[in-house]
Amino acid sequence: MADVGMLAATQAAEHPVRDRLSGPSGPRPKRRFSRTNIMVYGTLFVVALYYALPLYVMIVTSLKGMPEIRLGNIFAPPVEVTFQPWIKAWSEACTGINCDGLSRGFWNSVRILIPSVALSVAIASVNGYALSMWKFRGSEVFFGILMVGAFIPYQVMLYPIVIMLRDAGLYGGLTGLVLVHVAFGMPINTLLFRNYFSSIPEELFKAARVDGAGFWAIFFRIMLPMSLPIFVVALIIQVTGIWNDFLFGVTYISSPDRYPMTVQLNNIVNSVQGVKEYNVNMAATLLTGLVPLVIYFASGKLFVRGIAAGAVKG
Amino acid sequence: MTIQNPSVQIKSLDLSFGAVKVLRDLDLDIADGEFLVLLGSSGCGKSTLLNCIAGLLEPTDGQIWIKGDNVTWKEPSERGIGMVFQSYALYPQMTVEGNLSFGLKNARVPKAEIAKRVARAADVLQIEPLLKRKPGALSGGQRQRVAIGRALVRDVDVFLFDEPLSNLDAKLRADLRVELKRLHNQLENTMIYVTHDQVEAMTLADRIAIMKGGSIMQLGTPDEIYNAPQNRYVADFIGSPSMNFIDGELRDGTFTRDDLVLPLDGYAFAAPQVSDGPVTIGLRPEHIATGALIDATPVRSEVTVDIVEPMGSDTLVWADLGGAPFRIRMDGQARVTPGETLPIGIDPARAHLFDRETELRL
Repeated sequence: MADVGMLAATQAAEHPVRDRLSGPSGPRPKRRFSRTNIMVYGTLFVVALYYALPLYVMIVTSLKGMPEIRLGNIFAPPVEVTFQPWIKAWSEACTGINCDGLSRGFWNSVRILIPSVALSVAIASVNGYALSMWKFRGSEVFFGILMVGAFIPYQVMLYPIVIMLRDAGLYGGLTGLVLVHVAFGMPINTLLFRNYFSSIPEELFKAARVDGAGFWAIFFRIMLPMSLPIFVVALIIQVTGIWNDFLFGVTYISSPDRYPMTVQLNNIVNSVQGVKEYNVNMAATLLTGLVPLVIYFASGKLFVRGIAAGAVKG
Repeated sequence: MTIQNPSVQIKSLDLSFGAVKVLRDLDLDIADGEFLVLLGSSGCGKSTLLNCIAGLLEPTDGQIWIKGDNVTWKEPSERGIGMVFQSYALYPQMTVEGNLSFGLKNARVPKAEIAKRVARAADVLQIEPLLKRKPGALSGGQRQRVAIGRALVRDVDVFLFDEPLSNLDAKLRADLRVELKRLHNQLENTMIYVTHDQVEAMTLADRIAIMKGGSIMQLGTPDEIYNAPQNRYVADFIGSPSMNFIDGELRDGTFTRDDLVLPLDGYAFAAPQVSDGPVTIGLRPEHIATGALIDATPVRSEVTVDIVEPMGSDTLVWADLGGAPFRIRMDGQARVTPGETLPIGIDPARAHLFDRETELRL
């Protein structure tokens, strides 16, 4: 390896003034292939490979026909690219008596997702705002109780909720499931919003009160326009959480017609009848994962900004 | 002192956070059009008091009256006050115009009236070119002007300032200070101003209330505060560099401590009858005569120079007087070297005498 430091010193010597300066001078020379760099990039490369490889296998397999898959070269790229497995997964794959593919589950999931996310983010943001700005007697206790809710494993509550939903006449339908999602998203999202609003200077809130703005005016006119990043974070957490949910979907939905996409995916992949169509399974899995993936790509930058919420200044 | 037609009255106000008493039985009358400064070190309760007047904090006990109305239970917006905060607290997503008109929109003021008042405030504060900008695109001084404008458009009787200049750099602070004074002369509103900066207090105030531990230590004009501090705390707090204190004995109207003998002939005693006993005498560094001025002073002494701090306009000398540090403010052109013996002159008429027990002015 060439000694860059030596080289810099030689060049400096040609300069009339620097001539007289001996020893290190100017910026310290950096070596591109230092041991640290090799370690860091090497590790990053291996880890990236570790995560990317399964995805690669899935994509490749989903584009192959069954005869090609039976050859067993899972890493080989498809010789003959076919989108048939994707089409079959979306609109033809059978679960039980329905043979209209994942599309049914997709639309069920959308019908669950939109009201759940909208409702939980709306309620949690008002919760967080009230708990950080309008502290009332016992607000800390209230927040504490809400936080305890976040630490109780929800399997414990599965059956009691079944009874509650049944008594309310909501068991088995999408409305009941939406309510469950809203309730379970509440602790983490309230915490998120409370901490974000706490980072907004108190004087801003005071100024708005002097200006005659009330609870809702301050929330909608002052706080909301400042909190896009945290809304994006809450949105991502809720969308991925609710979309990927399997347990609640399988527990609180009674009819296969209304199963969310994840449950339907499971039923397609784990069906015991006939040949295992790996390519269709791969395509179905990728289709199911697509929504959270799109959300991440679309709002990744805002997500990072929201996570570093403390650094956001007005 | 009773005030005719007071603008703001605070009547036996108490405020505690749990067991901590922040304000204790506080009474204060503020005249219409007065510029009152609440001065104190951090934690003295001055900002708390201002927040109580604004209605942003609920008092534990007592009343607040503004313009003859008991506003103790009223919302901040119903009190006829405007407030300016240290951090400006401008709404970041609104333009300057939006910031100025927000309060008026909340009060459902007609559009034409809003436009008129915003234009007037912008004219008074010279921020017309900034109206369409957002606070993020303004400098600190401009932001503070907008914050003042936000109080201005509301056409209120009382302005509350919570350390409005503390976030600005020294030069800008001096400029805005003068502007604030000009603004007060122009508007003639009642202004209550919280600060920990004694220069701001002395220059702006009609009266200063010096606070400590939730009580007012002294309320008076800057002149009274400087020339006749009621107790040792006020004497120590006001003045930079701060007053020299020398403990000694008072005997027959003469202050003595070791070889320093100060006959207090010209001193105006606050109390009619002063008994002999342990006292503390306070001498302001700028009232110690040096050089040719010594001839005019009745008492002379000598000190040993320890450290010299030249500041251009004047020179601060840290000397040693009988083993205790002693500060002297000399002319900026004075040449003094550490170690030399400096003759000084003291005028008892400008001294301050305090009881050593009660720390009250004698």
